[in-house]
Amino acid sequence: MNAIEQWINETFSNVGVLSSIQVTFQMAVCSTAISALLGIPLGLLLEKHQFPGKRIVVRVNRTLMGVPPVVIGLLVYMLLMRRGPLGAFRWLFTIKGMVLAQTLIITPIICGMVYSYAVRTAPAIRNFAVTMGASPMQTNRLMLREMKNEIYFAILSGFGRSISEVGAVMLVGGNIKGNTRTMTTAISLLKSQGIFTEGVALGLILLLMAFLLQCLADFFRKEEISVEND
Amino acid sequence: MKKTRKILSLILGLLIIAAAAAGCGKKEELPAGPAEPAAVEMPEAPPAEPAAPVESEKPAEPEQTPAEEKGVLLMATTTSTDDTGLLDYLKPIFLADTGWDLQWDAVGTGEALKMGENGDVAVVLVHAKASEEEFIAGGYGVERFPVMYNDFIVAGPAQPIAHTDNIEAVFSRIIKEQLPFVSRGDDSGTDKKEKQIWKKLALDPAQDPEYVESGQGMGATLTMADEMKAYCLTDRGTYLKMKKDATVPLELEIVCEGDANLLNQYGVIAVNPDKYPDINNVGANDFIDWICSEKVQQLIGEFGVEEYGQALFVPNAGTDS
Repeated sequence: MNAIEQWINETFSNVGVLSSIQVTFQMAVCSTAISALLGIPLGLLLEKHQFPGKRIVVRVNRTLMGVPPVVIGLLVYMLLMRRGPLGAFRWLFTIKGMVLAQTLIITPIICGMVYSYAVRTAPAIRNFAVTMGASPMQTNRLMLREMKNEIYFAILSGFGRSISEVGAVMLVGGNIKGNTRTMTTAISLLKSQGIFTEGVALGLILLLMAFLLQCLADFFRKEEISVEND
Repeated sequence: MKKTRKILSLILGLLIIAAAAAGCGKKEELPAGPAEPAAVEMPEAPPAEPAAPVESEKPAEPEQTPAEEKGVLLMATTTSTDDTGLLDYLKPIFLADTGWDLQWDAVGTGEALKMGENGDVAVVLVHAKASEEEFIAGGYGVERFPVMYNDFIVAGPAQPIAHTDNIEAVFSRIIKEQLPFVSRGDDSGTDKKEKQIWKKLALDPAQDPEYVESGQGMGATLTMADEMKAYCLTDRGTYLKMKKDATVPLELEIVCEGDANLLNQYGVIAVNPDKYPDINNVGANDFIDWICSEKVQQLIGEFGVEEYGQALFVPNAGTDS
């Protein structure tokens, strides 16, 4: 670890690269986890229940999937600022605030993706479960197991969005060195200093880490599948 | 059901076509609108109009007929010249006087000079003398001309530091009492100035745990300082404009002003045409001559007086600054 630290300190100018890597992953993991906990049940519930205005809700959800992060950033900023409604929490320029903004960006993505998979597959699964005489709990568990790959993919998309996002975390986090600076805002700062090569290098590190993380996730997934097959 | 869907998609399609047509129509209208009456009566009428007030101001100068349009002149400059609105104020006058359409990218001094080094712009207007001289020594710029200066101030909460003209007193107190301070930390002209002052006063901001770096532009950094009730070094123009125009008004007060260490000299440099032969060097030289001319220097000195009650920039072309 020390060798890596030394290499990073030698390669990059003084923008706090090491802590920005840590902040990026801390933020991305937290916000993806919260968004998954909210988005997956919401997506499944949305598929399961019929209610008036459901089509509108689905449409709004799809619209929110493409909401510009910088708009969410601005709204969350206004919410959290000292004279804003939630100013007393003192969450502005903290990782908590960034996670809040990211959760608002990612939850609709996960929810929307889970919903559209569920619409396609859930009715068949439900029919099957009813024929087999499964209880509602068992039906739900079966559904989750059948849609595992799709849910995994939805979470992965959310995570990808989270680490690559720059507009909202810049506004809400404030890009404070060693504190709320993420890899993407560090890249944006490096660009503003005219240090393009280091920006590209940092971008490659970001991609590499996303790749490794995916390999790790795939590894665990395969293990699970092979356990199931036994 | 199918029928309604068909109708709906038809309506949607029509809407898209209508929107596209409206968009195209506007584009066509824009040049056609003003040109039509002029084309019928006299073709030279429209360009004469914008130049008219300038002409009447200075009737003595012979070459005041509106210059014919020559094209675009690209400039890299610092955020302060753009944030204060100075360039928006000068642009139409420059167009009328010389025919060049000035377009700029407002970034930090470091990036502005880098854009010059890469030949992306023809001229740079920045404020960090040492870096500017380095830029010329590296063969990227032709010659540096001083244009104007403005001054930096320290903005912050009125408590506990009272208004003063002594920067040393303010900065040493910030370190001693570990008061919050937001630095830009983006290698811009303002950031360099701040680092310079710390160094000159033999103070180390790293000793203050409440000293943070925002890595953002002046406006964003001021907003952050306001939110955090922190001190920060800013140029006066951006501070005045934010104080006046921000949706959430700044609570920050001027804590320190008038110290000799707080002056901020702007220089203009044409990018070297020997390095980049296809660069718009003619336009760059026109701009330098123009902005250093007596008339424009006077305009710069008047800028902001009406709106903010004080001039934002003090012209000083031709001096040794």
